[in-house]
Amino acid sequence: MAISTAPPAAPPAGSASPGPASRRGRGGPRRRENIAGYVFLSPWLLGLMGITAVPMLLSLYLSFTNYDALSDFSAVEWIGLDNYREMFTADASFWHAVRVTVTFALVAVPLKLAAALGVALLLNRAFRGVGLFRGLFYLPSLLGGSVALAIVWVNMFNRDGAFNSLLGLFGIEGAPWVNDPRFALETLMALAIWQFGAPMVIFLAGLKQIPVELYEAASVDGAGPWRQFRAVTLPMLSPVIFFNLVLETINGFQGFTSAFVLSNGTGGPVDSTLMYTLNLYIKGFTELRMGYASALAWVFLVAIALITVVLFSTGRFWVHYADGEDR
Amino acid sequence: MSRRFWRVVVLVLILAVVLYPLLWMLGTSFKSREEIATNIGLWPEVFTPANFREGWQNFDVSFGRFFANSAMVALLTVVGNAISCLLAAYAFARLRFRLRKVWFAVMIGTLLLPGHVLIIPQYVLFKQLGWVGGDWPYLPLLVPQFLATEAFFVFLMVQFMRGIPYELDEAAKIDGASPYTVFAHVIVPLSRPALVTTAIFSFIWTWNDFFRQLVFLSDLQDYTVPVALTLFIDSTSESAVGPMFAMSLLSLVPVFLFFVAFQRLLVEGINTSGIKG
Repeated sequence: MAISTAPPAAPPAGSASPGPASRRGRGGPRRRENIAGYVFLSPWLLGLMGITAVPMLLSLYLSFTNYDALSDFSAVEWIGLDNYREMFTADASFWHAVRVTVTFALVAVPLKLAAALGVALLLNRAFRGVGLFRGLFYLPSLLGGSVALAIVWVNMFNRDGAFNSLLGLFGIEGAPWVNDPRFALETLMALAIWQFGAPMVIFLAGLKQIPVELYEAASVDGAGPWRQFRAVTLPMLSPVIFFNLVLETINGFQGFTSAFVLSNGTGGPVDSTLMYTLNLYIKGFTELRMGYASALAWVFLVAIALITVVLFSTGRFWVHYADGEDR
Repeated sequence: MSRRFWRVVVLVLILAVVLYPLLWMLGTSFKSREEIATNIGLWPEVFTPANFREGWQNFDVSFGRFFANSAMVALLTVVGNAISCLLAAYAFARLRFRLRKVWFAVMIGTLLLPGHVLIIPQYVLFKQLGWVGGDWPYLPLLVPQFLATEAFFVFLMVQFMRGIPYELDEAAKIDGASPYTVFAHVIVPLSRPALVTTAIFSFIWTWNDFFRQLVFLSDLQDYTVPVALTLFIDSTSESAVGPMFAMSLLSLVPVFLFFVAFQRLLVEGINTSGIKG
């Protein structure tokens, strides 16, 4: 930070012609640009320190304490690894939240990507109104993360919600889906899948990049639509599939709003929607166990980082970069 | 029948499923209390604005206040993001300075950092500063936005600025322009598309955001729309469904208007920017 408040450029040391003239000469711009760089970067640097780095270190420290948000900082007690020990050995809600979150991501993410890819394939032909379709399929991705839509969704799967009315038309008796621990998480998965528009748009952009010649060649060799999909579309699209997979997995693990709305902030019924971030919120802001919640946050961070690393390392085996091979 | 025909039929069917929840929300908002209980159809037989009148005044503080709070937070976030991210992006994209590559890598790293990880220490820190529940309780929400902490927008703008021809900078420099002049007279005017994208998405994301607003706002009169909407859930009595839906619907109107006005930009702009590389 100090560098951004440094005095204006002085002539470089050892310059052959010191004096006011050289400031505007060709020797100065390098240094001037260096200073300008830090001037322009200073808000970001301040944010990096104050909003990101210092809080991260503070959170690491707090994770080894029993800080409770109410008492003074001087009352904070260092308790070593107790929070982590409790989390892994004594706190059933931690493992439960892990299970709920992993289940959610493992089911919702592949289904969402499959829906996105399926609709993208259907839309990947020019016909009248294709732009309108694309826009309307995308709309849930814009609205779906909001509290308002979570409220509507939860009510749709209520005992007397729209979903059961629909089932009633077919003579099927529904259940109070959102109040039933067996189905509550599934309704949240459905809400996530419903927002397939964002990955769909990315798939569409990827599909446009596949050269038509490849399909022509495949069809000359006698490949049918399914074979063409397996042998041309999937490998050519694999970098985009990978991009979407990483993005949606990371998003999936952070689901909070819909679980909060469904359970009114409790993770119920019977902890069936206790997503990891909701558990973190409950521990930190409802029970005010901020030390423990900080430990939860660090485990979460490490887990997300590990998952990303694992995804990237498996990507090497199935992601096909056409331009990398051509060179 | 042609394959094109069946393609459109399948798409229409999927679209019906996708739009159903939205239409149901729209219909239910205009149903009377009796009709919500009896008419399971999508559309009300009699349209009534009663739910909107009731929902607007459902709590001690009117929804007008919540909307004003949300609008203020979202608009100031737009301003903060636009200015601070533009400054940082210019440095990364156009200036050579010491440790540039290191800082850029750090910025990309923060792109992947989940916001939930930082919320506890930020809360602790902002509370120590007297910002949480202070005279102006929006400081914890807004100060980070003026410090370019939304790395996504910095990245977006860096990518955009890399597409602006360097010859323009060079020409200006030969004429004696400083990096500040180049920024103000070359980069800022040419970065308008990136600025518009940033503005629209920071507005929509902030408008929809819930987690941070839930954590940092504690007084009813300071609530934003999403936080206020959750108050309806506490009173899950049957009678609250209509007003709750009406207010939910209203809360989505600004985002929907953005969608109508900038459909192309929204659909193609940001989502594909990541893979164009």
